[in-house]
Amino acid sequence: MRSSGFSTPHRRRTAVTFVSALTLLSLAACGTSSSGDQDPAPGGSADAATPLDPKTKLTLTIDCMPPAAKKAELKQWKEDVATFNKTYPNITIDGRSTPGQCLEPPRFTAMLKAKSQPDVFYAYFTDLDQVLDNDGAADISAYVNEKTVPALADIDPDVMKVLKKDDKLYALPTSNYRMGLLINRGLFEKAGLDPDTPPSTWEEVREAADKIAGLGKGIAGFGEYSAGNTGGWHYTATVYGEGGEIVGPDGKAAFNDATGKRVAQNLYDMRWKDDSMGKTQLLKWGDLQKQMATDKLGMFLAAPDDITYMVQQLGADYANFGMGPMPGQKATLFGGNSYMIKKGISSDKIKAAVAWLDLKTLSPGKGQFAWSRTKADGLPVGLPQPAFFTGAAKEQDDKERADHATMPVENFRAFTDNPVDGKAEPPKAQEVYKVLDTVMSTLLTNKDADIDKLLDTAEQQVNQVLANQ
Amino acid sequence: MAPPTSTPTLTRRPAGTDDGAPRVKEPRQGAFARAVRRNLTAHAFLIGAVLCFGFFSWYPMVREVVLAFQKTENGVVSWAGWSNFVYVFNDPDFALAWRNTALFTLLALLLGFVVPFVIALVLNEFRHARGYLRLLVYLPVMLPPVASVLLFKYFYDPGHGLFNRLLELFGLPAQQWLQSSDTAMLSLVIASTWMNMGGACLIYLAALQTIPGELYEAAELDGAGLLRKIWHVTIPQTRLILSLLFLMQIIATMQVFTEPFLLTGGAGPEGSTTTVVHLIYQYAFNFNNYGAAAALGLVLLVVLAGFSAAYVRLNRAEQE
Repeated sequence: MRSSGFSTPHRRRTAVTFVSALTLLSLAACGTSSSGDQDPAPGGSADAATPLDPKTKLTLTIDCMPPAAKKAELKQWKEDVATFNKTYPNITIDGRSTPGQCLEPPRFTAMLKAKSQPDVFYAYFTDLDQVLDNDGAADISAYVNEKTVPALADIDPDVMKVLKKDDKLYALPTSNYRMGLLINRGLFEKAGLDPDTPPSTWEEVREAADKIAGLGKGIAGFGEYSAGNTGGWHYTATVYGEGGEIVGPDGKAAFNDATGKRVAQNLYDMRWKDDSMGKTQLLKWGDLQKQMATDKLGMFLAAPDDITYMVQQLGADYANFGMGPMPGQKATLFGGNSYMIKKGISSDKIKAAVAWLDLKTLSPGKGQFAWSRTKADGLPVGLPQPAFFTGAAKEQDDKERADHATMPVENFRAFTDNPVDGKAEPPKAQEVYKVLDTVMSTLLTNKDADIDKLLDTAEQQVNQVLANQ
Repeated sequence: MAPPTSTPTLTRRPAGTDDGAPRVKEPRQGAFARAVRRNLTAHAFLIGAVLCFGFFSWYPMVREVVLAFQKTENGVVSWAGWSNFVYVFNDPDFALAWRNTALFTLLALLLGFVVPFVIALVLNEFRHARGYLRLLVYLPVMLPPVASVLLFKYFYDPGHGLFNRLLELFGLPAQQWLQSSDTAMLSLVIASTWMNMGGACLIYLAALQTIPGELYEAAELDGAGLLRKIWHVTIPQTRLILSLLFLMQIIATMQVFTEPFLLTGGAGPEGSTTTVVHLIYQYAFNFNNYGAAAALGLVLLVVLAGFSAAYVRLNRAEQE
């Protein structure tokens, strides 16, 4: 007895049709990921090198427009669009804003996978490989030259190097940083320390942390991350500062040596022997900033823009912070932010994007470097970041920045007067950081941590990660 | 001319054999058309749901299977064979994540399965303020999970957290809670149980209220005490619900993510709270390796499906 009008062969046919449809759908979806959708620039590379025709009519979508909550920044964005439209009246800038950070890794990777990034999109320096793996960025080498970006020769070659792959340029910088030691000046003074000469070696950091923790009331002298892969990131920075390596030239783990052990031992001693790192651990980005902004933390490793976050988001005061160089000073982790241009868009759009980025992020005295306007709008001036200019552009920018400073720039003198060589992140950075995160969380949460054993295991695991394709 | 048949043929004639005889109407198509016409409204209502399920549920599942066997390099998608699975099995955290997930599931079953049942038993005995007590038990479910988890983050703070303050009041030593690999997982389970037990409690309570009072009276006449009544009357009478929730609990707890992600940053002290789903998250969103994420997701699916099938079969056998 049948319960419905469908016979067995009919049901089978339906099932076959359904499965075939799903398979075709899947294959069709896979097909969209191919690299064949690039719209070649008409006229070839010679054409690409010429600046954009002012009469060109198009719409350009751009990431990271300030949200409505950031009134002053949004006002500046609109002013820059108006300036841009004076030269290119037929180009519509369609800004896209996101609440919170411009780039959140989960959203970013999903966006790349879906190929839904705007024409001009924001990315960290370290994102280049994953963007290229997803065929997401256009090669803009032919579009970027002295005519289209007049300050090009004055951009730090180290910065330009990380934006290239196989000698092809895929991004233009918007900001860069070098990590240093961020200090709470108020707590330094209370602990009898000189805030104008922040510690520059780990021995000095340990000594200062002990004194600051001695103030009591739950104040920690030094803070460190140990969760969300940020612990591994900072372990790397600290090892670099001491002249060590995370991955050696042979492509294998290189931190299980005297330097790596000294770094681990020092952190362990501060946490357990001195008790100067606070009781709450497993902290990640954002946690230490909250502690320092509320005068509960004396020092931590950071980039200068952490200060902006603490002032603008957490209500702290610029005058309360200072920076010193990376302890050890042998090298420091450097990174930054950039804009990339979506692969597959027209040649004119790429030219328009380069013209916009030149105005907004790469011209001293204009866009993000218009310090007089920044000051007039009540935004901070004087932080040692971005700092990717050299030569004449740097001189011009340094002067304008100093002339319009809204904060005591001498608080950062120890950082700016003692430049430390920048060093890029290790290969497979996030996967390596995941392993090193465990090293950090063990050091900071386990009083019985065996450092030799810990680093032996981490070395083996990092080698496993590096060999794992 | 074709001989008359008492039953209509079910097969089509081969092409080119048409002899001009009137075609026999195909009853299957007619039945199908009638069935469609008869339930036209129902089918129309179904279309939306089927499309939604197809697009947001079934299609992603198919894509996950496809992704698990693909890799993307320099924008080129290619078939990767089993390499994503090899990558996942070679991950130093693979075994650790499964161990932690199993431990969480075990602890969550011990706590999250027993505690709501006991609370439901107690609530069932109350004659007054029953509605108020039910609301009280269900209240945590109404809180957004992230808010509940963050609340526990403050409770567990080793410096000035509520739990250590309470321990101090009773003269007990302060605990490290989330800050120690010995207690981190248990702390997650406590938070998870508090957040989720309200729903299970209400379901148990509903099941308990269907048990006829005569059974308890008969048991009392036979001299059964409280524990014997629970063992011989309550549990057998609620076995179906218990089995169902047991299964659902396993499936839900093996996919734990929110609690470790928010309370211990994911990995936790010494990696003690790294779970399988957190590893999937790491692969997809921190390493941009969707192939590995899909492969591990598939492994988890197979484990859960296998476990579910075995359990359902066991349960059916018991009932038969």
